[in-house]
Amino acid sequence: MMRSAVSAALIGAAVGAALAGGVLLAQAQSAKTATVSAAVSAAVSIDNFTFNPPTLTVKAGTTVTWTNKDDIPHGIAATGNAFSRSPALDTDNAYSFTFTTPGSYQYFCYLHPHMTGTIVVEAATGSNATP
Amino acid sequence: MSEFDRDDGVSRRKVLACMTWVGTGVLWTVSGGVPRSLGIIDEAVAADVNGLTFLQISDSHVGFDKPANPNALGTLEECVNRIKALPRRPAFMIHTGDISHLSKPSEFDDAERIIAQTRLDVHYVPGEHDFLDPDLKLYKERYGAGIKGAGWYSFDADGVHFIGLVNVVDLKAGGLGNLGAEQLEWLEADVKTRTASTPIVVFAHIPLWTVYPDWGWGTEDGAQALSYLKKFGSVTVLNGHIHQVMQKVEGNVTFHTARSTAFPQPAPGQAPSPGPMKVPDDQLRKMLGIADVTFKQNEQRLAIVDTPLQG
Ligand SMILES: [Cu+2]
Repeated sequence: MMRSAVSAALIGAAVGAALAGGVLLAQAQSAKTATVSAAVSAAVSIDNFTFNPPTLTVKAGTTVTWTNKDDIPHGIAATGNAFSRSPALDTDNAYSFTFTTPGSYQYFCYLHPHMTGTIVVEAATGSNATP
Repeated sequence: MSEFDRDDGVSRRKVLACMTWVGTGVLWTVSGGVPRSLGIIDEAVAADVNGLTFLQISDSHVGFDKPANPNALGTLEECVNRIKALPRRPAFMIHTGDISHLSKPSEFDDAERIIAQTRLDVHYVPGEHDFLDPDLKLYKERYGAGIKGAGWYSFDADGVHFIGLVNVVDLKAGGLGNLGAEQLEWLEADVKTRTASTPIVVFAHIPLWTVYPDWGWGTEDGAQALSYLKKFGSVTVLNGHIHQVMQKVEGNVTFHTARSTAFPQPAPGQAPSPGPMKVPDDQLRKMLGIADVTFKQNEQRLAIVDTPLQG
């Protein structure tokens, strides 16, 4: 929140005082849009037997989608079954799960368990949330 | 490779050199823990007279259709034709898993239809690709007669004790293949009453020895399983999973992995990942194949002949 206010102020200064009010409004809207879309979905790609990125940090409420780019199936399973297991994902198949509870979720491929990854879910922040 | 073939006392270094070699089959004999290569396959088959002979096939991945081999069912059928044409009919066959690619009923059905043409008894163990249906029941429905737990069992043939193990279930994050406490307990009891002179053959999908942990090629509790087999004078461990021939001898134990009938995988560390390896079309059949294993009674001697689909 703090950073977006600062950058909006800088842009406002650059374009001039007369336009400052309008620019601030536009900036606030686009910042809000970006925040909302980032909170909705995020992607992990599976390439060469690796989860990419290996650690993904998202806000609560985010739907994470894994897509298998390898020529061999993979499957997503959470350590301790902390979230539901995917079916086997053949090439280009995807699996999505929406994380609503903050926490750190370790997962692995249940065909190739040396493949591991982590989803870090942070508390959602929005207009009603305290920063 | 000719230098290797003609060598008498094969050193460990040469055994390792043979790991990455693909081509005409080599006959291995093991006597007192020292592996010796007796010659190329045709001489070997001609020299062999009697003893228990069985076949190993592995990693059929029926349903696989990616560039590394668009027709995995077709190459399985070529292997089966090769088996049907063997001059000496083996006693039975073992399949060390990954029969199917995605555990689809049609894949299991197709595999069965082709493999049945060998008219051999087949003893299966599952690979991780055979346990992908949501209810994990298709493998057991088809191959579950007489099995324990997730699919382990033992049987005897010609005085040799065969043990089929399952190391592809209940895998743990960051880990390798896994046998689990229940299976280990069963194994310990299964071998306890056998005499030390009984030849033992253990077969499982993922190598029981650590081939390359970075790619998950090994079994977490494999060493514990092998500790139960220490008293035996002849132990042979046959695996699949890595889609290439590798052999290692440690004391009384011979470890061996078979080729896939579907597609090759890279040698450890020779590619960014262990995924299917695309080779030129005219090379593919040199990297697929079957393994033929013979025991000569009273000689504690074992021979494994790896036969590629195409020399
Ligand atoms: Cu995987």
